[in-house]
Amino acid sequence: MSSVIASSVEEHHPGPQTQERGQRAVFCGLTSIIWLHRRIQDAFFLVVGSRTCAHLIQSAAGVMIFAEPRFATAILSERDLAGMADCHEELDRVVGELISRRGGINRLFLVGSCPSEVIKLDLETAAAKLQVKHENRVRISAFSGSGIETTFTQGEDQCLKSTVAELPSLASGEQNLIVLGTVSDIVEDQFRRLFDDLGIGNVSFYPGRKAGDLPAVGKGTRVIAAQPFVGETARALIDRGADLISAPFPLGAEGSKSWFEAVASVYDVPQERVQQILELPYQRAKRALAPHRAKLEGKRVHFLPDSQLEIPMARFLSEECGLEVSEIGTPFHDQLVMQGELARLAKDVSIVEGQDLDPALARVRESRPDLTVCGMGIANALESEGLRTKWSIELVFSPVQGFDQAGDLAALFAKPLVRQDILEVGSWS
Amino acid sequence: MELTLWTYEGPPHVGAIRVAASMRDVHLMLHSPQGDTYADLLFTMIERDGKRPPVTYTTFQARDLGSSTAEMVLHSLREAAERFKPQVLMVADSCTAELIQDQPGALALGANLPVPVISLEMAAYTRKENWGAAETFYQLVRGLLSRQAPPPGSERPSRAADVRPSVNLLGPTKLGFRCRDDVVEIERLLTSMGVDVNVVAPLGASPRDLQLIPKADANVNLCPEVSDLTCSWLARTFGMPTITTIPMGWGATRDFITEVASVLGLNIDVDAVGESRLPWYSRSIDSTYLTGKRVFVFADGSHAVAAARVARDEMGFEVVGLGTYSRERARDVRAAAKEYGLEALITDNYLEVEARVQELQPEMVLGTQMERHIAKRLGIPCAVISTPAHVQDYPARYSPQMGFEGANVLFDTWVHPLIMGLEEHLLHMFRDDFEFNDSVGPSHLGSEGEGARSTGQSAGGQPDGDKTLVWAFDAEKELKKIPFFVRGKARRNTERFAEEQGLSTIEVDTLYDAKAHFSN
Repeated sequence: MSSVIASSVEEHHPGPQTQERGQRAVFCGLTSIIWLHRRIQDAFFLVVGSRTCAHLIQSAAGVMIFAEPRFATAILSERDLAGMADCHEELDRVVGELISRRGGINRLFLVGSCPSEVIKLDLETAAAKLQVKHENRVRISAFSGSGIETTFTQGEDQCLKSTVAELPSLASGEQNLIVLGTVSDIVEDQFRRLFDDLGIGNVSFYPGRKAGDLPAVGKGTRVIAAQPFVGETARALIDRGADLISAPFPLGAEGSKSWFEAVASVYDVPQERVQQILELPYQRAKRALAPHRAKLEGKRVHFLPDSQLEIPMARFLSEECGLEVSEIGTPFHDQLVMQGELARLAKDVSIVEGQDLDPALARVRESRPDLTVCGMGIANALESEGLRTKWSIELVFSPVQGFDQAGDLAALFAKPLVRQDILEVGSWS
Repeated sequence: MELTLWTYEGPPHVGAIRVAASMRDVHLMLHSPQGDTYADLLFTMIERDGKRPPVTYTTFQARDLGSSTAEMVLHSLREAAERFKPQVLMVADSCTAELIQDQPGALALGANLPVPVISLEMAAYTRKENWGAAETFYQLVRGLLSRQAPPPGSERPSRAADVRPSVNLLGPTKLGFRCRDDVVEIERLLTSMGVDVNVVAPLGASPRDLQLIPKADANVNLCPEVSDLTCSWLARTFGMPTITTIPMGWGATRDFITEVASVLGLNIDVDAVGESRLPWYSRSIDSTYLTGKRVFVFADGSHAVAAARVARDEMGFEVVGLGTYSRERARDVRAAAKEYGLEALITDNYLEVEARVQELQPEMVLGTQMERHIAKRLGIPCAVISTPAHVQDYPARYSPQMGFEGANVLFDTWVHPLIMGLEEHLLHMFRDDFEFNDSVGPSHLGSEGEGARSTGQSAGGQPDGDKTLVWAFDAEKELKKIPFFVRGKARRNTERFAEEQGLSTIEVDTLYDAKAHFSN
């Protein structure tokens, strides 16, 4: 993989890796809309799907707090299913309605769903046609967040990938850095300050805060992933000439340090300067981690598949918080972006890709870990059996990347254990 | 294709899951793509259930389409039958599975499973959650009972003299509104009438319990959204009478007692059955301030109709709007609205509901979680009376809506968001006192009254074209002397009046002219 730079050796996880097929308890890619629409503040996400899609997003978002959210569902009815031509006209009408009502929207994503995929509704063509109609007003494109094609965080990958072709070309001789994957605004600001200190300029965060913030890409582009669920977008950027920097993800003090070091080394920033600049935030992160490490050390953690953050989180917990990892379940294991992590995992940790829910739960019950990281639908069910859990969607929604979030990240895992120690009440029965 | 921002109801298969999750010893095999398992969290997070609903999802993916989805159905059916050993296995499609037409019901019936199968048709593209729950419950009851049915036209034997009268409570489910506590309260009420509860279903029932339904003398149609269909089938097939009064509020609870007594042929003194504090609390002088408060009611059909009655007859409110998101219940709600001289709002588009609330400027909203958000935005006090509900609507404490205790709960929860009577009185007296700042909301609710003043700014919410309309300094000052909780209305009415009169400046006199004009 010549495009992967800054990795000394090609690392693969030497431990047991299995694939499981069966019932999956994961969200579909539509769920990504919940954080994507908060990140890209002038984008609107129109799911073309069923009432189930609308209900899923609303339920996964958990709260209905936004005056008029920047996502909606065009719910297919029996009438639409009867004839395809009708469907395109209907979409035309719905999009017109939407655009006339929402002034501040500069970007509209048509988002494919299971039903729209199954009836083979071509949303890309529909988007292209709608673009002509609404030229100069709003940029329209399509991607799929369907459950038959994507799990949970893969929705973001599909969304970003669908915009890669629009990225302007980087002029030859120029250099830039793309930080790939949604991070919160506060994390972006912290990272920008550190890149400035390191003398690394021309840094773009992708996706940016505005839909129009599209970084240039070309021969001089380096890409570093801030999230593990951006593999396909990374490949698309590589196809446009970019180099992917391999590193662990910026989670925890060590993860963040290695992440910045990987970038700095590609930019040939002198070692001494790198250490000098990273030392302060690194030490601060270690200090913030310490009290949580005291709670977490020696405990056993089990990951059920959910967000693709499982491998990096397992690395963070074992390397920086002293936990033993009993199993890492992950919905989808993309080796390309995971190389920097695998090398740092304990050799005997079992990685299970995919899921077969009931046997997977049976393994949790059998091994009775101190903490199980799992989806929201399962957490209370395990809690009622006396097992402590951390529901993982919070790991995607909260700012957890970078030095100054290392303590917060550890706290997310420590809290259920601390709570267990505090409570003097019987369990649910 | 319908543009939907928020939805009041989930898809019909979520209704099927609600029935399955409410019962014991049933299992649902749902043919569905990856992602539909989100439904689990409705139960484990919102209702804090300690176990996943009894559902096996096939969770097919694109690679399975066209080749192995039918295989997955069979595999999931066998696994579910083997692992969970249910008394009945229900089989349904979610929306996407309906399109690929694997006919899981037919597959299940032909698969020689060691368990009775009930096949459900969920009509995902025309129907919604409550319909799905009603249909599932009906198919289950019919499937289990049709063999017991007496020949058509046979007379139902009357109850033997030495047998205690009994009824079934039909309709309560998981994720219903306070069903858990309503069942306890109504059982208690019936017990005090000397009436036994034979079967409660779906909540807590097993398929074997369902088979006992015909043993009771009558069915209480407690949650008609779920149980209407089943009750009418039982009435047709087994000649079982249906008790239709929803015992919500003091008056309706007494009516319910009367109806139960009449259907069962009992001689009952309503006053002796039980009592509620609501009548006295409502008559006590602190409640004077509730008089004529303008309330907007929007809920599922049965809660909307019941709440409107309580609001007017038992709290002394004025019902200024009444509606439902449930088209299946539209007829009932329209009929009820007529009694209040209103036209019912029947819509599942929350933007329409919001527009109506803005237009009516009620002083209180009784609604679902959706209306709570609308009301919060508009700074109007709100109490939640119906699904869709949120985690806070599944309280730890006993908190029924039905029966005499339910009436107490209604009084408390509806009064709570408002400013207390004495407090409102003091605000009137001391509104110019610098220490008695009227920019605070109800003193017991922290910042919740926040928006109440801001509505004064653009009461209608619409950017109006009448930029020519100006408030004179004195008039604006006078407006500020009006208590903030009616200031928005006063501003709006005055502006409307001024427009109608063709005025361009609002003077102090315009304010009072408008007040006189709108007082009726």
